[in-house]
Amino acid sequence: MSTTRRQFLKIAGLSVFGLGASTALDAADAVAKDMPGAKYEVGGKHLAAKRWAMVIDTRKLESREDYARIIDACHKVHNVPSIPTKQEIKWIWTDKYDRVFTDDMSQHLSPAVREKDYLLLCNHCENPPCVRVCPTKATFKRADGIVVMDYHRCIGCRFCMAGCPYGARSFNFGDPRPYLKEVNPAFPTRMRGVVEKCTFCSERLEVGLLPACVEASNGAILFGDLDDPNSPVRKALAENFSIRRKPSIGTQPGVYYIV
Amino acid sequence: MYNGKYIIPGIVIFVGLFTFPFWSNLLTPKYERPQLALPAGQKECIEPAEYMRAEHMHILDVWRDQALREGKRAYVASNGKVWDISLQNTCMKCHANKADFCDKCHNSNSVSPYCWDCHVAPRGNQ
Ligand code: SF4
Ligand code: SF4
Ligand code: SF4
Repeated sequence: MSTTRRQFLKIAGLSVFGLGASTALDAADAVAKDMPGAKYEVGGKHLAAKRWAMVIDTRKLESREDYARIIDACHKVHNVPSIPTKQEIKWIWTDKYDRVFTDDMSQHLSPAVREKDYLLLCNHCENPPCVRVCPTKATFKRADGIVVMDYHRCIGCRFCMAGCPYGARSFNFGDPRPYLKEVNPAFPTRMRGVVEKCTFCSERLEVGLLPACVEASNGAILFGDLDDPNSPVRKALAENFSIRRKPSIGTQPGVYYIV
Repeated sequence: MYNGKYIIPGIVIFVGLFTFPFWSNLLTPKYERPQLALPAGQKECIEPAEYMRAEHMHILDVWRDQALREGKRAYVASNGKVWDISLQNTCMKCHANKADFCDKCHNSNSVSPYCWDCHVAPRGNQ
């Protein structure tokens, strides 16, 4: 045997490298394959738009029941829990004028307007800061203007909550399921550690339904394509005076208020 | 041998411990493929069973991105049938018995996917 230690180490090193390389190749081989012939398509019933937007006619909403009915409709279909503490989760909620339209400096607003409740939800901004700050692309803007989340990717860093100028996002500090009275079996819940918000009912548009809050509003909330001059939202905006939340910061909200 | 009375028992013990996975595997009962409760009245899944067994997580992964990011919620299977892309409303409609279908295989393979932390498991199942 004339193998020197040096030769032995060389051969041992090479063998280890070969083993490693073959395992790596095996792993690459095992990459999942799509079933040949399978395809993905847009469902036949889906509603399409270039830019979805919402118009809330605040003149048609008055009583507490009006708001409760709309909020319940959303929170029921989307399994939004009611947590009675500061850790509450909200997709759509109400607040008073000076906390909603903070840009408005009018000192002598009519008391009726100032004292009224206004419905609030995610504005599905044209330039959404929440999308810019999300490090994982869990929050993203779709081609039709809807800003949605992929909860599978959310790491719970809450940058988006800091980035959103409208407080439209809520964080799940704990498991939300104990706070759900009944669960809609057709929609998922969320888990501890993710952020959630209004989806503009993208999952309902996909199957040809209008948002749940729109359906429950008896015509007080309109929904449609902002790029289509004949859509109900464009018609309502053409005929009425409307405002948006914090227009000066340039986010271009997609939710308009007729006051 | 120099210090043989220590070295040889040491080697024996080392080899014994080192090969533990092999002989403990020989001594324990063989892995048996779990008996799954298949949906009654359904003959075929969206794709062949072999493919589903190996790649269902891959399908779900692509389904999520197609539905959520591309807005494509219809899956045209390789046999031409069209399915709604939804774990809760398509997969679990047939596989309503999660405990005897999903869980059985996952448990015997020691994997614990967290699908059901968010997705609602079918009722009539606990
Ligand atoms: S909390 Fe989730 S959605 Fe928000 S920025 Fe972090 S990863 Fe993105
Ligand atoms: S309202 Fe907030 S959460 Fe909604 S798109 Fe705009 S920045 Fe994002
Ligand atoms: S659009 Fe849909 S998700 Fe958003 S508040 Fe209305 S019902 Fe809720």
